[in-house]
Amino acid sequence: MAYPPAARSSPPRQPSVKVILASADVQRVVDRIAHQILEKTQGAADTVLLGIPTRGAPLARRLASRISAFEDIAVPVGVLDITLYRDDLRRHATRAIGPTELPSGGIDGKRVVLVDDVLFSGRTVRAALDALNDVGRPASVQLAVLVDRGHRELPIRADYVGKNIPTSLAESVKVTLAETDGADEVKLYGGTP
Amino acid sequence: MIRHLLSGADLDADTATEILDTAAEMATVAGREIKKLPALRGRTVVNLFYEDSTRTRISFEAAAKRLSADVINFSAKGSSVTKGESLKDTALTLQAMGADAVVVRHPASGAPHRLANWVDGSVVNAGDGTHEHPTQALLDAYTMRARLGRLAGLSVAVVGDVLHSRVARSNVLLLSTLGAKVTLVGPPTLIPVDIAAALAPGTDVSYDLDSVLPNVDVVMMLRVQRERMSDSYFPSAREYARRYGLDGPRMRRLPEHAIVMHPGPMNRGMEITPEVADSPRSTIVEQVTNGVSVRMAVLYLLLGGNNR
Repeated sequence: MAYPPAARSSPPRQPSVKVILASADVQRVVDRIAHQILEKTQGAADTVLLGIPTRGAPLARRLASRISAFEDIAVPVGVLDITLYRDDLRRHATRAIGPTELPSGGIDGKRVVLVDDVLFSGRTVRAALDALNDVGRPASVQLAVLVDRGHRELPIRADYVGKNIPTSLAESVKVTLAETDGADEVKLYGGTP
Repeated sequence: MIRHLLSGADLDADTATEILDTAAEMATVAGREIKKLPALRGRTVVNLFYEDSTRTRISFEAAAKRLSADVINFSAKGSSVTKGESLKDTALTLQAMGADAVVVRHPASGAPHRLANWVDGSVVNAGDGTHEHPTQALLDAYTMRARLGRLAGLSVAVVGDVLHSRVARSNVLLLSTLGAKVTLVGPPTLIPVDIAAALAPGTDVSYDLDSVLPNVDVVMMLRVQRERMSDSYFPSAREYARRYGLDGPRMRRLPEHAIVMHPGPMNRGMEITPEVADSPRSTIVEQVTNGVSVRMAVLYLLLGGNNR
């Protein structure tokens, strides 16, 4: 029986997908970062969590709710939109800007913890530091990320890392969260295995 | 995203809403200690003004500067225009100096459209003759949305010198795109025949201000443009003020929530009395504040990315 030629030749290479963190893992990781923030900031006094859109914002809110569940402390949460501070604005079609919502107490003199989903080149964090500079003067700034995938292009490191994932530049890391995408998951999309 | 902003008709509902939403974010910058964003660093915006203007030119200048653009102000007075240089040659000069955007006000209707064919950068119409003034319409829409919470379904009366008003034309186009219903009100001599049908279907015309007032959410008074009037369109200023001016008793006939707008500059005592202009219903000062935010949004959306 003759098969069509396409069926006999090797199938086209599918990009491989690997789940790095499943839903329960994401929750555990968030819990751990919340504990680490409490430990490293001596009880999260004078601390403000600022999420970087899109997925940093719900992560920051989750961290705050975990911190309040563990120690009954209300940590102010905000959102810091960095669109206008990006260094690649000119390279793309105009990006829509999102809201920046600072906690009512402001950030002057506070310890600000920036929260993002993936740390990669470090350029987003640089933009966030510039944006922060224009909205106030924090006493100090720390960085919490769910995933650090390496390949930094700037001298930036995270203070709290949920999961280090060694990657190649051909791969991409995709974080989905229940609030924005319907489910918690971290996936690694391969180039070629 | 669009490349030029020449007419209220250039904007579909999504683009217009994007501009208004962006303007709302830009407005938060005005409340900060550092009223500056780096988005247009290294870009050059030329304000090319062939007509006198206070608020529009200053508003565009403030908007460009808050976005860190370099601003060059050009006014026809004291320039080579008085030596007879044409608009095209002036445009080519600006082009050679590397203007990324030209904000143009010109007494001739259509001048910005011509300019858009001559320069590589974006052209923003800041008022051309008796034709259009789209950023004014955007800031008016922004002000209505900020005060009343919505635009769709609003009933807006635009009152006065519609014939000479670029503000009226741009507002009718934009507001109908965004779902508001506009009624043009004024003496028959100042409302062109068929203008409602020509601009946007669904626009009404009325010659009787008092019958319109109880049913509107917004009343927008237009300036009587003496400088554009060569004929007598109405018997006397007093008669105009009697029939079409907004005074205290007329204002009290408006619904409780209704707002009073005016694009400025006002002729106090002519189309609007000081009692109305300075009342809490008046949004005239807010309109100026909102103008900067809206123009920041327009400049950012035209110039912020690589839209070529």
